[in-house]
Amino acid sequence: MSVAPTRVVGTPADRLEGRDKVQGEATYAYEYEVEHVAYATPVVSTIAKGRIRSIDSSAALAADGVIAVLTWENAPKLPKAEGELAILQSPQVSYRGQIVGAVVAESYEAARHAELLVRFEYDVEEHDVELRADHPTLYKPGKVNPEFPTDTEEGDVERALEEAAHAIDETYTTPTEHNNAMEPHATIAIWDGPSLTLYDSNQGAHAHRETFAKTFDMPPEQVRVIARHVGGGFGSKGTPRPHAVLAALAARHVERPVKLAVTRQQMFTLTGYRTPTIQRLRLGCDERGMLTAIAHDVVEQTSTVDEFAEQTAVVTRMLYASPNRRTTHRLARLDVPTPSWMRAPGECPGMYALESAMDELAIAAGIDPIELRIRNDPEIDPESGNRFSTRNLVACLREGADRFGWKPGSRRNGRTLAGLGVAASTYPARRRPSQAHARRNGDGTFTMRVGAVDIGTGARTVLAQIAADELAVELDRIHIEIGDSAFGSAPVAGGSAGASSWGTAVVRACRLLRAGDEDEVHVDTSDSADAEEPLAKHGFGAIFVEAHVDVDTAEVRVARALGVFGVGRILNPKTARSQLIGGMTMGIGMALMEETRVDGRLGAFVDQDLAMYHVPVNADVLDVDATWIDEDDPHINPMGAKGIGEIGIVGTAAAVANAVHDATGVRVRDLPITPDKLVGRI
Amino acid sequence: MEPFTYRRASSTEDALATHGSATRGAKFLGGGTNLVDLMRLGVETPSELVDVSRLECSIDAGEDGGLRIGAGVRNSELAADRRVRSRYPALAQALLAGASGQLRNLATTGGNLLQRTRCPYFQDVTKPCNKREPGSGCPAREGEHRNLAIVGHSEHCVATHPSDMAVALAAFDAVVHTSRRAIPLVDFHRLPEDEPWRDTVLEPDELIVAVEVPPLAVAARSTYRKVRERASFAFALVSVAAAYDGNDIRIAFGGLAHKPWRAFAAEEAIRSGASFRDAAEAELEQAKPLRDNAYKVELAARTLVRALEELS
Repeated sequence: MSVAPTRVVGTPADRLEGRDKVQGEATYAYEYEVEHVAYATPVVSTIAKGRIRSIDSSAALAADGVIAVLTWENAPKLPKAEGELAILQSPQVSYRGQIVGAVVAESYEAARHAELLVRFEYDVEEHDVELRADHPTLYKPGKVNPEFPTDTEEGDVERALEEAAHAIDETYTTPTEHNNAMEPHATIAIWDGPSLTLYDSNQGAHAHRETFAKTFDMPPEQVRVIARHVGGGFGSKGTPRPHAVLAALAARHVERPVKLAVTRQQMFTLTGYRTPTIQRLRLGCDERGMLTAIAHDVVEQTSTVDEFAEQTAVVTRMLYASPNRRTTHRLARLDVPTPSWMRAPGECPGMYALESAMDELAIAAGIDPIELRIRNDPEIDPESGNRFSTRNLVACLREGADRFGWKPGSRRNGRTLAGLGVAASTYPARRRPSQAHARRNGDGTFTMRVGAVDIGTGARTVLAQIAADELAVELDRIHIEIGDSAFGSAPVAGGSAGASSWGTAVVRACRLLRAGDEDEVHVDTSDSADAEEPLAKHGFGAIFVEAHVDVDTAEVRVARALGVFGVGRILNPKTARSQLIGGMTMGIGMALMEETRVDGRLGAFVDQDLAMYHVPVNADVLDVDATWIDEDDPHINPMGAKGIGEIGIVGTAAAVANAVHDATGVRVRDLPITPDKLVGRI
Repeated sequence: MEPFTYRRASSTEDALATHGSATRGAKFLGGGTNLVDLMRLGVETPSELVDVSRLECSIDAGEDGGLRIGAGVRNSELAADRRVRSRYPALAQALLAGASGQLRNLATTGGNLLQRTRCPYFQDVTKPCNKREPGSGCPAREGEHRNLAIVGHSEHCVATHPSDMAVALAAFDAVVHTSRRAIPLVDFHRLPEDEPWRDTVLEPDELIVAVEVPPLAVAARSTYRKVRERASFAFALVSVAAAYDGNDIRIAFGGLAHKPWRAFAAEEAIRSGASFRDAAEAELEQAKPLRDNAYKVELAARTLVRALEELS
């Protein structure tokens, strides 16, 4: 079986909505014009733990334009709400920055002003927000995200490490990181009798509909979620956030439509973040570099509100084989906002540690780091024993080494040291059930309706390309409508599974339309989503980095980065390249600057805007490129594609750290690699 | 944000009169790139904004060969000025090292000097800060202070001044002209001592009208080096403005203190024939780093040595 040839798929089509976006015509959630709308703004806690003793809303209520102040004392009850979404249901405060109220006003400005006038008195309790490897609350969660065993063990790791020809035992840490999509979260909530419509910036209209229905204890059919244009999510818009519940609560309370925009500062506590991690990696190998032991022990955090168990070591179970293997995850319950999804949750921090450790082992064993990885590339998935649908890590490493000019070893140019680093990258290739609707319009055009959300990836364009091929028409004959839970159910834009899942439904709908006499068809792929032979399905890649380090100031710049990926068929090389280099750029940020600092005494995040929380700017991204090898994998979806939204970030931080070590001989094991950790050591 | 009124001043006298008649703390408005942000955060709550950005907008040659820079001159215009680029290159470089193109197009010379610290505690009204709320405490001392001061700080405040431009001006013996007096730039900004809420010696009803840069031959051989983990659009961890022609010398540091830090001790050491490294250490002897920012001592020394080597 192989994938059919294509005509429109595989071409670098421009984004269908690109012109609308650059001309300001694309309507984002907050921008819908709604009659008689009111504006809500969250009021958030200023303590990390305790109980609200008293609330004085009088000054806020007396301010011009204020309609209502919501607190736990007067908010509608939500007995079915869970975790972070159970807002304003009790006087308990579980973290600093938690929603404890809302001001609803005639204008955004009036609401923001009155927000400062609501007075809370608290009974403050002692808090703990700092993750430590020996934290007294560490416990073993029942599973790690989404449904993986918490720990795995086979063979005798301790003994294998003792007997290994070469071994390393190092601890790596990653800090709290925030997603920071360009478009902050925003919601408009409109009640019409028992029905609720939400214009919301999110990654999945149907997933949000289901959660809202549950939270407000109403049938899903009475909830409609619209998300036609979304300015980035990176996981932070994958599941409903508390502000959206607040908008709906406020709208119900004042019996008017309500608009709510999360501020950049509020995003740091209300919309999720990547847990900090403390990861101990132990690797052992024989004289030839064959791994004899792999142990990956992870400590990370969750909150007292909910459990979020990042699957940090899960990737270690499948990347390399060894007779003796062990992975563990332990969580500390802290007085913090609940961690959430951030681009490549699990794989991203886990691979930073694993691929740094592989570099250290290669040096210890005196083997080239690419060669070490090639020698340890397994035939079958070491965890499940299943065959890989396709696994082209070795081909990516070889192709990349050739293109990049792989020749490690520190070089000095004036006051700059240059070095090269490499790391593997991988991400699961998934497909989820999806529905799609296709209509023949009778004028040579076709309309596709899919409940997909385009969070900036180019999904809308790619789905239209797929339809054009299946219907054998030009791309401009396809009208595509997405981002609406009124359409057939479709999965979230997450887990790098969007195009794979929605595209499969589009293919089926188009084929059904062509095969029959009907002018309108509706398909559902849920019957076939899992009915395939058990295979290990993953994308693979290799990231190469040239780092330049100033010997005086210890500033690190990535002069060159190249990613070579084996990710099935590329549906649109223009949007695919953007996804891959975007992921790599985010990985450069993770390596060199991204960090949300924590103040243990105040129980607070210190950084809460983009002036303090640094992400790369253009000047940091000098020569970043992504390419891919030809890969024909028919086992995931009929397009032969694998997801590409996350694999770019996965190995990049390790590649940067390895390049910095190659340049300087200094190994920084605590991200980010900032000048304070290097100066005076080079 | 608190409600406020806005008025554009027609002259310096008009600006001062308007400012004086406001009921609750009027503020002069330049480009607004810092003040408006702080108003949005609730850190600044003026009842009235008096826009002075259009009053003094020219760069004039002084009779003695220096430059008189109007307080309303935009940062991008000053950085592009041919006289600045050839006679005071470190000043042009410092301006271009700051902020982003968009911000520099708005930010004014006077406003740049009056920027508030970017200490994260100062910018969050829910956290204590002696500079914002006298007597509330300084959580940065025991908390997050990797990017904060190593010299001249007090138990009340460890903030740094964020300006790049002011560092070059401090090195070049610039003078701030206000509505009532002339103040050497090195005396314009204060150390926090026990009044950290006072960034400068400016009185409430005093307005900057111009900055004078005197003629200074050595300034033609000058450089500005800003160290930061991000290549652009980031405040300095450490910065150095240095002018050196083998004979005369001027040095100022940024990112180390509550004010642009003119390195008189290092200058003196070099005039006495010390090595660059010894001169740097002579200056940094007085450093009192906090728990997590001792790296700045070494970083500042290395950055200064590097700048002077490049000028030699």
